Amino acid sequence: MALLQISEPGESPHPHQRRLAVGIDLGTTHSLAATVRSGSAEVIADEAGRPLLPSIVRYFPDGRVEVGYEARAAQADDPANTVVSVKRFMGRGVADVARYGALPYRFLDAPGMVAIETAAGVRSPVQVSAEILRVLRDRSERALGGELFGAVVTVPAYFDDSQRQATKDAARLAGINVLRLLNEPTAAAIAYGLDHGSEGTFAIFDLGGGTFDISILKLTRGVFEVLSTNGDSALGGDDFDQAIAMHWRVGHRLADAGGGDTRRLLAAAREVKERLSSQGEADVHVTLSYGQKLHLRLTRADFEQLTAALVQKTLGPTRKALRDAHLEARDLKGVVLVGGATRMPHLQRAVEDYFGQPPLRDLDPDQVVALGAAIQANVLAGNRAPGDDWLLLDVIPLSLGLETMGGLVERVIARNSTIPVARAQEFTTFKDGQTAMAIHVVQGERELVADNRSLARFELRGIPPMVAGAARIQVTFQVDADGLLSVAAREKTTGAESSIVVKPAYGLSDDEVARMLQESFAHAADDRDARSLAEQRVEAESLLAALRAALDRDGDLISAQERTALEAGMAALERAWSAGEARRIKAAVEELNRASDAFAERRMDRAVSGALSGRRVDEVARK
Amino acid sequence: MDFSRNHFELLGLPVRYALDPSRLERGYRDLQSQVHPDRFALSPESERRVAMQWAARANEAYRTLRDPVARARYLLQLRGYDTEEETNTSMPPDFLMQQMEWREEVAQARTERDATELKKLRSDLGGARSEMLLQVERALDADANFDAGCSLVRKLRFLDKLDREIDDALEPLEG
Repeated sequence: MALLQISEPGESPHPHQRRLAVGIDLGTTHSLAATVRSGSAEVIADEAGRPLLPSIVRYFPDGRVEVGYEARAAQADDPANTVVSVKRFMGRGVADVARYGALPYRFLDAPGMVAIETAAGVRSPVQVSAEILRVLRDRSERALGGELFGAVVTVPAYFDDSQRQATKDAARLAGINVLRLLNEPTAAAIAYGLDHGSEGTFAIFDLGGGTFDISILKLTRGVFEVLSTNGDSALGGDDFDQAIAMHWRVGHRLADAGGGDTRRLLAAAREVKERLSSQGEADVHVTLSYGQKLHLRLTRADFEQLTAALVQKTLGPTRKALRDAHLEARDLKGVVLVGGATRMPHLQRAVEDYFGQPPLRDLDPDQVVALGAAIQANVLAGNRAPGDDWLLLDVIPLSLGLETMGGLVERVIARNSTIPVARAQEFTTFKDGQTAMAIHVVQGERELVADNRSLARFELRGIPPMVAGAARIQVTFQVDADGLLSVAAREKTTGAESSIVVKPAYGLSDDEVARMLQESFAHAADDRDARSLAEQRVEAESLLAALRAALDRDGDLISAQERTALEAGMAALERAWSAGEARRIKAAVEELNRASDAFAERRMDRAVSGALSGRRVDEVARK
Repeated sequence: MDFSRNHFELLGLPVRYALDPSRLERGYRDLQSQVHPDRFALSPESERRVAMQWAARANEAYRTLRDPVARARYLLQLRGYDTEEETNTSMPPDFLMQQMEWREEVAQARTERDATELKKLRSDLGGARSEMLLQVERALDADANFDAGCSLVRKLRFLDKLDREIDDALEPLEG
């Protein structure tokens, strides 16, 4: 549409008016928010001065919810209603969750994603995550003294489409405007690269509480380019705790310890693991629910032996990432460690051995992701300072494709393609007279559909009856800058069309989010309405301002008739603004956006042409 | 969207096979810095959509031109030639012989789990590939012999497939 701010893209129309933006690292073990204040990124601590928020949510029978340290303290006493490491359940089904062994929850097999039956009712991982995000939003708004404009929320680079969609839904549910989903290693690279003024090719090795990512990035002046990424979205510090707890269970014959005692053992394991990063031996006293007292001990040597296989598991994805980037370990300028689990000395040694150089770990591995996200959020919110004009080029971690005959996958977009990306592929009918085609979208690297993750199914109807193989069905995959997929199918001879934004079966529609938000704000319905009206008015004002500026600058690109239509739309929006009804403003904004589509395209064409001709003149001049 | 420009023009490059990688990269970055969705995070929705389409197009152009085989295929397509990689399987006998030999050597090294031999094969293959890419440049830029270009692209496709097989064979040995 028409509203391109071509001279200084991304700059705030009112430079004096700062928009409050934060970066949020929604982690398996803990979460945190950061923001840019007076030019540098800093973590937003809670009122007690603690930067981290344990990602633990406890539900009470009266509907009350506790998040963070309090919930953590209660996890062993009320394990079934205290959800820990919920990130591992995001976008996952019952079969996925089964691999984590016995968990103390009452799981329900909801479509597409598990749900947990708590004292407060059934909660999906999206809702649990939204509780964590809501605490961080409130904390940020209190600290910054105003309403948040938006947030960049980080996700593991190796998260698939379902996990990304679930994360975005959780943020929307927490009332957060998601400026971008950003891959965690990429966020870390921003914080690290800008802090050190680094150039060259780096690996970001990110082992968090529940996920492992490895990204290979090329940093050059003003550009962060991800060359490849790989990982394991079910490998993290949690698994090291499990290995220790299992060792004690066997050693102390605790095979039948229940949910609460399992939590006690895991918490003890975690504590011992952390202490073993700086000492050769650690011990801890635990009292189990039936009164048995245990004195649990572990030496560093035993710990390293117990978890050697887990450390090794990080090297496979590392090798694959390097191969996809067409690089050898020795080609890298540095390896940056991210994530609390990279504090373990034997992991650091393994990384050093593999890359042949000591890893870089001068930034706090717990905070660097949130700091990088805050820097990007600040720029996306338009608080761009001179010089903040870097370009971020990220990739999708896993290939996207369609099911074809015989349960095989036809790949449409290859893993490590730079996003945004759009690819079209043609398919045809299998039977004579076939009038509908089932489209099954999958993600993964395996050849058989059954071995990949199923993302969505939909149908293209209205194909004219033809002999087998005569219809030409074009399926277009589009992945946006958040890494989220949408798919459209079209029969080319008739134009029959069908499209969906790919959402896993649980995916929330806008209406559902609105309803859930309404429920959570039930006590403050007036506040919510007021907030919604304010948001719509801001949206309307910025659209009108952008459109006026565009007409001034590029008014020659449209006919008198088009201009009249556009001005009528603007007038309608102004009237809706005055009427003060959120719904009506929203409709008018949408209408005006549609009406200005063609203008937007022409303006972008002009901007690109300008850039191209500018460059040619420049190059001719240099010869 | 304005589709009148081809990938080369979009990235500010002359329409020919030989290219200067640093110029390609610069052209790509210049274009992305104009159109990338991050530059339009505050813009109305329709504008963000246009930006996304343009950025996807820039990525497609860069991806195609950066890869020598994809670039050859694309250039031939611009000249009106179809490389017929799916349908035309006729190959000169000497190339087929060479292929069969390589394939046997890969299969044998795989059975013997001989990583050194596999790496040597990969490097031999790389040499043959570089040689073939020089022929592509000659065929497309100097001789304007597009039929020869198509045949070379078909051969290169064979080599790339073999290269992937070597990679697959190496993976379990390195892990």
